[in-house]
Amino acid sequence: MTDLNKLTLKKAQKLVAEKEVTAAEIQQACIDQIKEVNGKLNIFLSHLDVPVTASEGSLHSLPIAVKDNVCTLDFPTTASSKVLEGYRPPYEASIVRKVKEAGGVILGKTNLDAWAHGSSTETSDFGLTLNPRNPDFLPGGSSGGSAASVASDTCIIAIGTETAGSIRQPSAWCGVVGLKPTYGRVSRYGIAAMASSTDSPGPIAKTVEDAATLLDFMAGHDPLDATSNPAEHPVFSNSLNKKISGMKVGVLYQDLKGLEEVRPYIDAASKVLEDLGAEVEYSQALDPHYAISVYTIVQRAEVSSNLARYTGIRYGNDRSHFGDEAKRRIMLGTHALRKGYADKYYLSAQKVRAKFALDFEKLFKKYDVLISASSPTLAEKIGASEGSSMFGELADMLQEPSSICGLPGINVPCFRDPETNLFLGLNIVAPAWREDLVIQFGDAYEKATTWNSWRTND
Amino acid sequence: MSAVISKKLVDEIAHLANIPLSDKELSSITAAFDETLQVIDNLSEIDTTGIEPAHHTTGLENIMREDVVDNERMFSQEEALSQAKKTNVGYFVVPRILHND
Repeated sequence: MTDLNKLTLKKAQKLVAEKEVTAAEIQQACIDQIKEVNGKLNIFLSHLDVPVTASEGSLHSLPIAVKDNVCTLDFPTTASSKVLEGYRPPYEASIVRKVKEAGGVILGKTNLDAWAHGSSTETSDFGLTLNPRNPDFLPGGSSGGSAASVASDTCIIAIGTETAGSIRQPSAWCGVVGLKPTYGRVSRYGIAAMASSTDSPGPIAKTVEDAATLLDFMAGHDPLDATSNPAEHPVFSNSLNKKISGMKVGVLYQDLKGLEEVRPYIDAASKVLEDLGAEVEYSQALDPHYAISVYTIVQRAEVSSNLARYTGIRYGNDRSHFGDEAKRRIMLGTHALRKGYADKYYLSAQKVRAKFALDFEKLFKKYDVLISASSPTLAEKIGASEGSSMFGELADMLQEPSSICGLPGINVPCFRDPETNLFLGLNIVAPAWREDLVIQFGDAYEKATTWNSWRTND
Repeated sequence: MSAVISKKLVDEIAHLANIPLSDKELSSITAAFDETLQVIDNLSEIDTTGIEPAHHTTGLENIMREDVVDNERMFSQEEALSQAKKTNVGYFVVPRILHND
């Protein structure tokens, strides 16, 4: 069998369980593909050279790419910053432990915007990652390496983290599936903290089914993260292959300026959901431009506090090693929390954040899920983020309202431009703790359309 | 739009945040600050009368655990020191902050 690296997680699990192929052969196919493309695309910062065996479990030693802000015992963890260059964590993140206990193998560590500050992967201290769909374009970010790894078939599935768009936006630009769980559904323990009140790790996958399958292993209470939800989580893969007829969908943000490029494809996606029997309605929400401001203030404030720990004394290098973007964010956050400024910035941001939560509460009285474009544009050209200190916030504008409210969302490919080979994504958002709904809708949409290239290979 | 923030203020913030800056960085960061502050200035347009600030948005309440020592999570001294650039007889070495002169 050829092209084992192109298998979906589901198919790979089946083939290994039935002894049609071995996990070592699949790992080797991914390693070969990394060696083929990584010199050009710069997706992995470190990776396995030879196949390894994991513990017994239904992930069957299948290879998982992990964003490099997640602590691993087997590889250095740098968060793509020179401050942590060469850092070998003496412990590992709870999600890494969980997927390893389920039989998964960590294939390697993927590039990101340094400290996950950005939406382009251009601010990595170890060089930018190129979009495998078209290397003249950016992969998005900050989980650009993980999304590019899935798109380039250098892994079977990947793990990313999202604070506001960092899973869904690169997944949209790379034409893959990215699932951002509810804040608190997946443990943050062992992940370089960025914005502690919104950070959410989640799967980046070839199909919605694969994302649901991995989320089942990643989710759940972790005593080491006091913000993780102690409640039992549903089996997410049970939400696949379900009808959406009679369910209600609100379409958001279609009348915003600057969305001209993507608007027709979201109209078309709405029509698909309607044809599947859903009741689709165009609706109004609080203007996401205000969410940019809330997010910018809250995120910078939390960054300034979280990155205060990097002194170069116990581990890593000193603070002169921070790149421009981190310096800007730490300092803006310091300013927003200063005596005399905290009320003007931080407190008013938290009040407007509460307004967004109330707005969603109102919308979810009418709708089961809300949809919009995942990004106001298709992937931008290399260099687009340079010289714009608000590049990421504008690129993530459509994700920020749901992110600051901790809601779950999924990106599914909903258009491919035949000229550039670039993708657009549909963003599906549900109430807190209802990942089952985003999976149900994402899966139904994916199976009703032909945008997902892996599904058609199955 | 005119500058809303001065180089002097940015320099002060850099000092508070312990971020070493060159003169060139000071200028570029001051400009970036201006750009960002102008974008986020729109918050005052939203009426938040009677709205409590959000500190948590998904409805979880304080989650406590027993205050007990978990030996399994403890680093040995060797592990704790393993990533430090400078150590001395089992201690971290920190930069001097008190000076005799």
